Amino acid sequence: MLKDVTIGQFFPGTSPIHRIDPRVKILLVMALIVALFLADGVVSYALTIVFLLAVIRISRIPAKMVVRGLKPILFIISFTAVLNLFYTPGDYLWEFGFLHISKQGIFVAVKMVLRIMLLIVGTSMLTYTTSPIQLTDGLERLLSPLKKIHAPVHELSMMMSIALRFIPTLIEETEKIVSAQKARGADFETGNLIQRAKSMIPILVPLFISAFRRADELAVAMECRLYRGDVGRTRMKQLKVTGVDYAAIAISLTVFVAVAVLGQGFGL
Amino acid sequence: MSTILEVRDLTHVYGAGTPFERMALDKVSLSIEQGEILGVIGHTGSGKSTLIQHLNGLLQPTSGEVLLGGQSIWNEKGKCARDVRFRVGLVFQYPEYQLFEETIAKDIAFGPKNMGLSEAEIGERVREAMAFVGLDGALAEKSPFALSGGQKRRVAIAGVIAMRPEVLVLDEPTAGLDPAGRNEILTEIRQYHEETGATVLIVSHSMEDTARMADRMLVMNQAKVMLLDRPEAVFAQAEQIVAAGLDIPEITKVFLELRRRGVPVSPSVFTVEQAAAELRRVKGGGAGC
Repeated sequence: MLKDVTIGQFFPGTSPIHRIDPRVKILLVMALIVALFLADGVVSYALTIVFLLAVIRISRIPAKMVVRGLKPILFIISFTAVLNLFYTPGDYLWEFGFLHISKQGIFVAVKMVLRIMLLIVGTSMLTYTTSPIQLTDGLERLLSPLKKIHAPVHELSMMMSIALRFIPTLIEETEKIVSAQKARGADFETGNLIQRAKSMIPILVPLFISAFRRADELAVAMECRLYRGDVGRTRMKQLKVTGVDYAAIAISLTVFVAVAVLGQGFGL
Repeated sequence: MSTILEVRDLTHVYGAGTPFERMALDKVSLSIEQGEILGVIGHTGSGKSTLIQHLNGLLQPTSGEVLLGGQSIWNEKGKCARDVRFRVGLVFQYPEYQLFEETIAKDIAFGPKNMGLSEAEIGERVREAMAFVGLDGALAEKSPFALSGGQKRRVAIAGVIAMRPEVLVLDEPTAGLDPAGRNEILTEIRQYHEETGATVLIVSHSMEDTARMADRMLVMNQAKVMLLDRPEAVFAQAEQIVAAGLDIPEITKVFLELRRRGVPVSPSVFTVEQAAAELRRVKGGGAGC
C-alpha cells in the first residue's frame, strides 16, 4: 500500500534525459512551469503535451508509472474541474439553481486540469530521471550564491538528501512494524476516530525510536568519516555541463518560447 | 500425529502487474504436524519469510490456500478470521523493534488484551510468558527500553507466547545474538514446546541450531519446497543443499569430505555426538581411518 507512492521515486537509467546535468534539469523544469502558465490556447497546450510525451519517450520511463504518479492528485484535479466547470461566468449552456455551466467554464476546466496534470508530469520527470543525490547536489550548486549572505545552503541540501534517502527505509520499516503488531492482534481498521488514532501508537512509538536510532548511527558514521560540513569539502563527481545539456537547453527553450509566444501573443 | 497446518498449492506474487513483479512462492504444498518442531531453512529470497506470513493470514495468497485445523483461514469474502493471529503466533525477525509500551508487563499484555481477555487472565499470562523466556518477575514494571538487546528480544517473544498460540513461528530468533544468548533463547523455545505441546516453526540460517532441535526440516529454494524430511534424511542430501547455496553444519562437511576420501561413514551426521558414535562404529567395524 505505501509502496504505491511514486512521487519522488527515481528510476535509474542511461537515457539522454538521465544524463542531463541536474542543475540544467532543475532550471528547465522551472522554465517549463513558467511556460505552462503562459500557454493559453489549443496550439500552445498541444505543443507542451507533445514536448512532454517526447521527454517521456526518450527517458524510457514506463508510461504506466507516469500515469500512476497522477493518482494521488486525482482529488485535486477533480475538485478543480468541478469548481471551474460550475462557477465560471459566461454564455450559459445549462443552469440549475446556483449551478451553471458555461461554454467558457468548460474551456477553463479543461485548461486547468491539463495544466495541473502537465505540471505534475513535468516535475515528476525530474525526480524519475534524477537520483536524489544528484538532485540535491544540483540544488546546492544552484543556490550556492546564497552562501555569500550566510544562508546554510550546504546544510539544507545535506538534510534534504538524508531525508530523501530514508523515505524508502522508513516505509519498509513501517510495513514491518505494522505486520508485527497485526501478528499480535492489533486492529487498525475498526473503531471510531479516537480508537483508530490510539491504535497508531504501537506503530508510531517503535517507528520514532528506530528513526532516532538510525539518526544516531548515521551521525556517528558521518563523524567517523570526518564530516564537518561544507568548508573544504570536495566532490567525487563534479557536475559538468556537456553536449547533451546544450542540446537539451536549446530544444527546450525553443519549445517554451514558442509556447509563450503562441499562448500570450496570439492566444492560440 | 494429526496435521495442524496445511498449505495447498500456495502461490504468492509480489507487485503483480508492475515491472517489479516477483514470484515469492510457487505452488508450495506441505503439512505441519501437531506438536512437532519444524526447522525452516533457505537462502535469502527463497520464500521462507513469505511462507510464514501466510500461516497467520498476514499475507493473502495469490492462489492456493492455508488450512488451520482443517479449516481455510480465509473465508469466501476474502477476510481472514482474527483468531488465526492468536492461534498462530508469529515472532518477526528482530522483534525487539516492535516494543512500544511504558512497561514490560504492558507490552507483553498487548496481544492478550487484543484477544479480549479479563484483567486477571492477562496478568496470569504475562507472568507465565515472562517465566517461559526467563525474565525476572521484578522487571515487570520496568521500561522495556532500559533492557539489553537480548532481553528486549525476550520481551518481544514473551509478547507472542502470552497469546498461548497453538503454533509458534519464529523468524530468525537468534539473529545478532552472541552464542550464549542464542543457546538460552533456543533452550527456552524448546522448554515452551515441551511444556505446552505447541507446534514450533523456527526459521533460521543456522543449520547447526535447527538441525539439533527440529523433528523435521523444511528446505526452501527458489520459491519452492526443496526438501521436507527428518534432519538425518535432509543431510543425507548434503550435496544438493550445498548446490542450492545453503550452508551445512561444519561436522557434516567433515563427514562429507571423509566419504569423498573413501571412508565409509554415513553422510547424515549433524551433531558432535552423532559424529563420535559414527566414528566409533566405523572403527569398530574394522574399516579404519
